[in-house]
Amino acid sequence: MARVVAVTGNEASAEALRQINPDVCAAYPITPQTDLMQRFSGFVSDGKVDTEVILVESEHSAMSACIGASAAGGRVVTATSSQGLALMWEMLFIAAGMRLPVVMPLVNRALSAPLNIHGDHSDSMGARDSGWIQLYSENAQEAYDNTIQAFRIAEHMDIRLPVMVCFDGFIISHSIERVEYLEDTEVKNFVGEYKQLYPLLDIDNPKSYGPLILPDLYMEYKRAQHEVMTKVKDVVLDVASEFKKLSKREYGLFEAYRLDDADIALVILSSAAGTAKDVIDEFRGRGIKAGLLKPRLFRPFPYEEVADTLKKVRAISVMDRADSFGGYGPLFMEISSALLHIKERPLLINKIYGLGGRDFLPGHAEMVLNELMEIVETGKFKTIKEYIGVRE
Amino acid sequence: MKQKGWKELTPGAVILEPGNAVEFKTGSWRAFRPEWKEENCIQCLFCWLYCPDMAINVKDGKRAEFNYDYCKGCGICALECPGKKGQKAIVMVEEGK
Ligand code: SF4
Ligand code: SF4
Repeated sequence: MARVVAVTGNEASAEALRQINPDVCAAYPITPQTDLMQRFSGFVSDGKVDTEVILVESEHSAMSACIGASAAGGRVVTATSSQGLALMWEMLFIAAGMRLPVVMPLVNRALSAPLNIHGDHSDSMGARDSGWIQLYSENAQEAYDNTIQAFRIAEHMDIRLPVMVCFDGFIISHSIERVEYLEDTEVKNFVGEYKQLYPLLDIDNPKSYGPLILPDLYMEYKRAQHEVMTKVKDVVLDVASEFKKLSKREYGLFEAYRLDDADIALVILSSAAGTAKDVIDEFRGRGIKAGLLKPRLFRPFPYEEVADTLKKVRAISVMDRADSFGGYGPLFMEISSALLHIKERPLLINKIYGLGGRDFLPGHAEMVLNELMEIVETGKFKTIKEYIGVRE
Repeated sequence: MKQKGWKELTPGAVILEPGNAVEFKTGSWRAFRPEWKEENCIQCLFCWLYCPDMAINVKDGKRAEFNYDYCKGCGICALECPGKKGQKAIVMVEEGK
């Protein structure tokens, strides 16, 4: 029996970690993640979990501790945000390159400068090429569900890669929502026992981690790493279908919302997708065929599936809550790559919104959808990349 | 030796055979070679202690020849060697001379 509660995203994510009871957790506070690790440390102090918490002096050390503990043979977690993730940067590549299934809730927050503690995706987008699997969550429920599924994906014998579970800072991490918790035993059975592939603590079978690999083999290792990424999609879908049996909640590589016959569509990640769906419903009510695609698995990016879902749409606005200065938004680059091989492809525009926690309002979605309708009518667009909700 | 393709590698570059550094001969990097002048050696074993590559053999508690397979030619042994009456027992000579 599921328990229905009113909790924040951080609370839901900490609860998932309590139910999973990992072996080791490296913790360093950073807003808006602080409250997540604090709640989890509370479970440790109260004896609710027997996790070994390592209080470190920086995020660089947090990820280093995770790498060590994971190589040793433990099921390992940490969590971070923004500059914390940036400080982990070097170690992110090491966790992925060594194929260590560390799980990390990432409470998305803008990067400095200027200093800002609110939510956008510049942190996770900056880490998109580190070799981590990235899942994005629309609300507290998805943050909870994705955290549980992340362990199964990361630890799958064919995968063995670290997973970042992203959810929007403050908007999700600190707002109270309705969440359905699974039973402790259900979660325990779902994630199962963890078995490290090559644990360092198996002293009967000594091994070395982290060798120097020069030009004669480095490229082969990187090629192999890409190959593992190509297997992730299937595992994500398998885990999702098993999770559905347990929770009745459906997950895929992305959510296709009213897209079947859509003429115009938004592509939008995380919490803003919720707001946009309401506006899509309103447009549908007026007989306008609008839809939305909400990516869930961003790395590896499911290019073929996304292209297949979007190919019939006539005009699409890709909404980015992160910027690539001097380039298009990171999500736009993925969507345009996905559609590249389709002859009669939709017209694509890119809107940058919500940086540093700037509100994404229904009016913004409405404005963009109206622009898309105009593009469909005229077959022309003004500019590809534009900022919305910014003062001139 | 046939080089491995990407499908044959262990996940995460983990090395599963312990002690395989023995096969990794570092002597080919050397530009200078240490040479032992046994007549000046006082058997202090400083060279054995300081060598970062374990490239100096000790037999029955006594200093024996260099193991040139692993000697990188760093010259630390020659620097540390006190020798006899100011005469070094290790001198560095250019490789190939
Ligand atoms: S030259 Fe360096 S590596 Fe060679 S024996 Fe002397 S100390 Fe060892
Ligand atoms: S340091 Fe010099 S004197 Fe001492 S054992 Fe080595 S070669 Fe002989």
